Order: sequence, then C-alpha cells, then structure tokens
Amino acid sequence: MSIKKIHDNQPKDFRFTQENQKIAENILKKYPARNKKSAVMPFLYLAQKQNDNWIPLSAMKYIGKYLSMPYIRVYEIATFYSMYNLAPVGKYFIQVCTTSPCLLRGADKIVNACKKKLSEKENEISKDGKCSWVEVECLGACVNAPVVQINDDYYEDLDEKNMTNIINSLRDDKPLKSGSYRGRKNTSPEKNLPINGAQNA
Amino acid sequence: MLKEENKIFKNLYNDYGWEIDKALKRDDWAKTKEIILKGRDWIINEIKESELRGRGGAGFPTGLKWSFAPKELGSRPHYLVINADESEPGTCKDRDILRFEPQKLLEGCLIAAYAVQAHACYIYIRGEYFNEGRRLQEAIDQAYEKKLLGKNAAGSGWDFDIYIHYGAGAYICGEETALLESLEGNKGQPRLKPPFPALVGLYGCPTIVNNVETVAVVPTILRKGSKWFKSIGKPKNTGTKIFCISGNVNRPCNVEEEMGIPLKDLIENYAGGVQGGWENLQAVIPGGSSMPLLPKKICDTITMDFDTLVENKSGLGTAGIIVINKDQDILSCMARIARFYKHESCGQCTPCREGSGWMWRILERARKGDATHSDIELLDDVTKQIEGHTICAFGEGSAWPVQGLLRHFRKEIDKRCSNDPLIKKKRDVPYLVDQHLLEKKNA
Repeated sequence: MSIKKIHDNQPKDFRFTQENQKIAENILKKYPARNKKSAVMPFLYLAQKQNDNWIPLSAMKYIGKYLSMPYIRVYEIATFYSMYNLAPVGKYFIQVCTTSPCLLRGADKIVNACKKKLSEKENEISKDGKCSWVEVECLGACVNAPVVQINDDYYEDLDEKNMTNIINSLRDDKPLKSGSYRGRKNTSPEKNLPINGAQNA
Repeated sequence: MLKEENKIFKNLYNDYGWEIDKALKRDDWAKTKEIILKGRDWIINEIKESELRGRGGAGFPTGLKWSFAPKELGSRPHYLVINADESEPGTCKDRDILRFEPQKLLEGCLIAAYAVQAHACYIYIRGEYFNEGRRLQEAIDQAYEKKLLGKNAAGSGWDFDIYIHYGAGAYICGEETALLESLEGNKGQPRLKPPFPALVGLYGCPTIVNNVETVAVVPTILRKGSKWFKSIGKPKNTGTKIFCISGNVNRPCNVEEEMGIPLKDLIENYAGGVQGGWENLQAVIPGGSSMPLLPKKICDTITMDFDTLVENKSGLGTAGIIVINKDQDILSCMARIARFYKHESCGQCTPCREGSGWMWRILERARKGDATHSDIELLDDVTKQIEGHTICAFGEGSAWPVQGLLRHFRKEIDKRCSNDPLIKKKRDVPYLVDQHLLEKKNA
C-alpha cells in the first residue's frame, strides 16, 4: 500500500478529448458489454496521460460516470495502484528502482545523483520545473540493474556518472537513448569484462 | 549444458529479430493447425506427460491445471488469462519473451485456449512494461494479419481473440486471483480459494491463469513431443527454464538452461562468476525475493530445480537468482526486501499488512545496530504469525526470506543485536513504534 496524497489544487472539470474519447470507446470493446467496469484501469491511465501525467479528482468522477460505477470505487483504485499519480509530477518523471537486486549494484548512488541534481526529497519537482523523481519497487529488469524508468522508457546498467549525464540531457530536452548504458545487447552476458573485477559494483 | 538445438527461446537476446516473418523462420506457428486437430485430450495428455510445471513460481503441473477446466462448455464462456505481471524482485524473464519471442506466447495462447475451450484471452502486463506491451500489441496485429488469430485462428476452426490489459504497479496482482480482481476493475486483493479460478474465475466464469513462460514453451513441447521435453532436466523437474542471474556477478544475464543445472555452473559459466571470486560469495537467493536465501556452503553443490531447492528449505520460484557477495551487508539487503513487502502488501489480511511492517522495522533497527537481543526472537515470532495466516501466498513470500536469514545468519545477527531490551535502558529508538503513532521525523 503506497501512501498517496491528493493534490491541493484540483481542476474543476475534466473530460476526455475527442481523440481520447475514441480510444476509450475502443478500450471498452475489449471487455464484455456488462463488464464495462474492467475498463477503469485503462481509463485512469488515459486520463493521466491527458492531464500531464497526473489524475485529478474530477477525472475520477468523470470516469465513474462514464462506466456507471460509484466514484468511491474509482477513487479506491486510483489510490491502490502505485502508478497513478494523484499530484503533478515533472515533465520527465524519473522512477528509480531501489529494490535489492538494483541496490546490490549501486542504486543508492543513482538516488544520490537525483538528490544532488534534482531535489533533496522525492516527489518534488526540480527548480526548473522539468523533472521529478521517486523511488519505486522492482521494475522487473533486475539483470540490467540499476534501472531507471523515465516516463515510458527504461534506462539500464547505469552508474552515477551516466545518471548525472541523463539528468543533464533531460534538463536541456536533449533526446536520450533508452536501454543499456554499458553498450550490451538486451539481457545477454557482456563480453570483454575482466572477470572478478568489481568496477561495476 | 543445454545443447543449442534444445533451446526453446532462441531469440532471447533479439539476435534474430522479433517480427513475425522472422519468428516464422524459427518454426513458430509451424503445424499449429495439425496440433490443434489432434484434439483437446491429446494436447492436455501430452502436456501432462511432459511433466511441465508452471514457471510463475508455484510450480504447479500445467497439464493438470488445464484438466480442471470444465469439460463441457456451459452457459458461461471460458477464459484464458496470461499472467505477465512480472514483479518478483530478481525476475525479468517474461520481459524478454514479450519483447523478443511474442509469437511463441501467442501460439501457446491459442493452443492453451483451445485445450480449455476459451475463445478470449487476456494478457495482463504490468504497467511499467509499457514498451513491451506495445511490442506485444504489434505482434498481435501481425498475427491477426496472417490470420493466425481471430476467426478460424490458424485454420484450426477455433475462433480466438487476444486482448492486452495493463496493470498499474501492484506486485500483488501477480497472484492469480488478485490479477482477476484487477482485471475486473477492482483493487487487486486476492480472493479466498476455493472456489478456484478454473471453476469460478474472471467474471465468475471458468478461467485458467498461466504464466508467460509456461504458455510460451507449450507449442515447442507439442511439436517436438513430450518425450523430448522429458529427456531434458530431471524427473519431475523437466525441461528448460530461463534463469535470471542478477546481483553481485560479473556479467548479469538471462540464460536458458536445463532444469537441475548446478547453481555454481550457472554463475561461473554464464554470469562470469561472483564479483571477487567464488570464495567471496555470501549468499544466493535462488528464486526471486520470496524464496529463502542459501548460504555459500549450500550454494557450492545445489542444483536448480523445484524439488532439490525445497529439500533445502528454499524454492525455485521464478528462478530469479540474486547473488550477494561478502562486500554486501546481508542485513541491509534483507531489510530492503522486507521494505518491498511492506510497500506491496495489499492490506487485506491483518497478519501480512501489519506483520510486513513489523519485520521491516525490526530488520531496519538490526541493520543500524539499534536492535535488542529480544528483537530477534520477536522477529522470528512475527514471521511465524504471518506464515499460513493469510488469504494468499504473499504472507509466506514476505515471511520466508526473513526466516531464511534467521536460519543461516543467526550468529551474525545476534552479534549485531546485542543491546538490552528497551525497558531497562530507556533508549529512544524510534523504529519501535508504528509510524502513525509517533510524530517523529524518522519514525
């Protein structure tokens, strides 16, 4: 259970844009007609995308009406799952995995880089308003630890230096390459690394 | 060592391309129609014969699971649900299958769905795997184009549709009934069993839930025969398995190997050895973070299969091997795992909801050297209070790693928790109380 706070400044109104309306209709087709409720998770996700990566209360009410389910049920779901942001996040939302496999390979250094370059506390938007970071639980790319997810993309095999570079590029809105930062292919074993060298720890 | 020709996932690292035309060259969707035309009983029997066990953690025989689905199609439709909510720390095998071998999964889905008489399949992907889900959707679209899915899928006469459903970052949704709840649009909180999903599952209909890897190996088994599959590995622990080797090794990687391979071989041959050499090994978590760790002494000789690991009071789980060397503080590592479980407990059953927090706080104290010697007894007691007293296996999953720690590293912990109990010394240790009861900064 993650502890979540509702943002103080809530927009009054929320509607899907016409484009998202169409997507929503398509999502509904996936589920049997009398089980519309199933679409609540994709809808919340859609609302989050539309609203700069966070979900206002008005969107939950809107979705509740859309799917004919009580507002509290939608609220319950939005607060249960950790990927729904209930307060604004940076344009670049950095999720640092710090669970054991990443920790063993130096995730704490990645966190340090974020603290140094972005904000002392997690969930705070950096001074330039572009980035915010948060510690998350296992991202499911343990072989490529330490891993960071920025918006939808995974950045793998990082160290403090790489992470600092990534943050600098984000600040300048430079395009970034996702995937491994040690130049290896996906999850294959690396070649040409000194055996028993502790350089990656 | 597994021979190259016996590998099922040849494109595990995307050396050959994931697109459908390349997958077809690797024999995906070959003879699917013929396999299906041999009939339900033959398929289920063949899978039973192959002794394939579920790859999602519990290791339940897949053929047996399929046979639980009602034989006759009643008024309620049947569903197939694929569990791609891979969130167990140390595990990242399904991600590679979704990215690089999607056609194997889709073909497996069709065969499995036919075997359990389902016309619709939902693939539940964890929300973080956004790109992997997009890749899978592309693969699905390509399969539809080639008429391998949809009406009369692959010419088999069976109508079959696949839909993707994204999760949103809840570990618990990897538990099958929590996954179904989530799919129905509820909080992901596990259901009481029985009734089992095979009879009352998604929307109250008979539902078979399988892991990605389990379903993805099915077509190859049926093509090459159950005898071939059985010839790999050990009796009752047959076939190949993707092992994810992470942590303090020189070359962390995913690798497909036969079941029952010695752990040392895996680490030395594929992962480039332990950082600092084998002698520098402290412990290994053999099957994802829910499984108790093994100290070096056991790691020297242990083989990686379900039964051997259970004999050693651990488990194969998802085969996510986390290697911890002597440069690491074992207590910090386990405290972090306890924090994971505290964060991910769904909050439904009291022992797990409260207990996971207790375990984390005690371990956190122990890590900092603030714990008293009575704390360790307390910790042991808490794990026993959780284990077996919850609706789902998450309770065991959170208690077992701590029990493993206490079993194998008791001396070290005792050394670090030598304070006298709090009442005597009146030391102020904020971690003692529950967070919400104390308004202190680090409580």
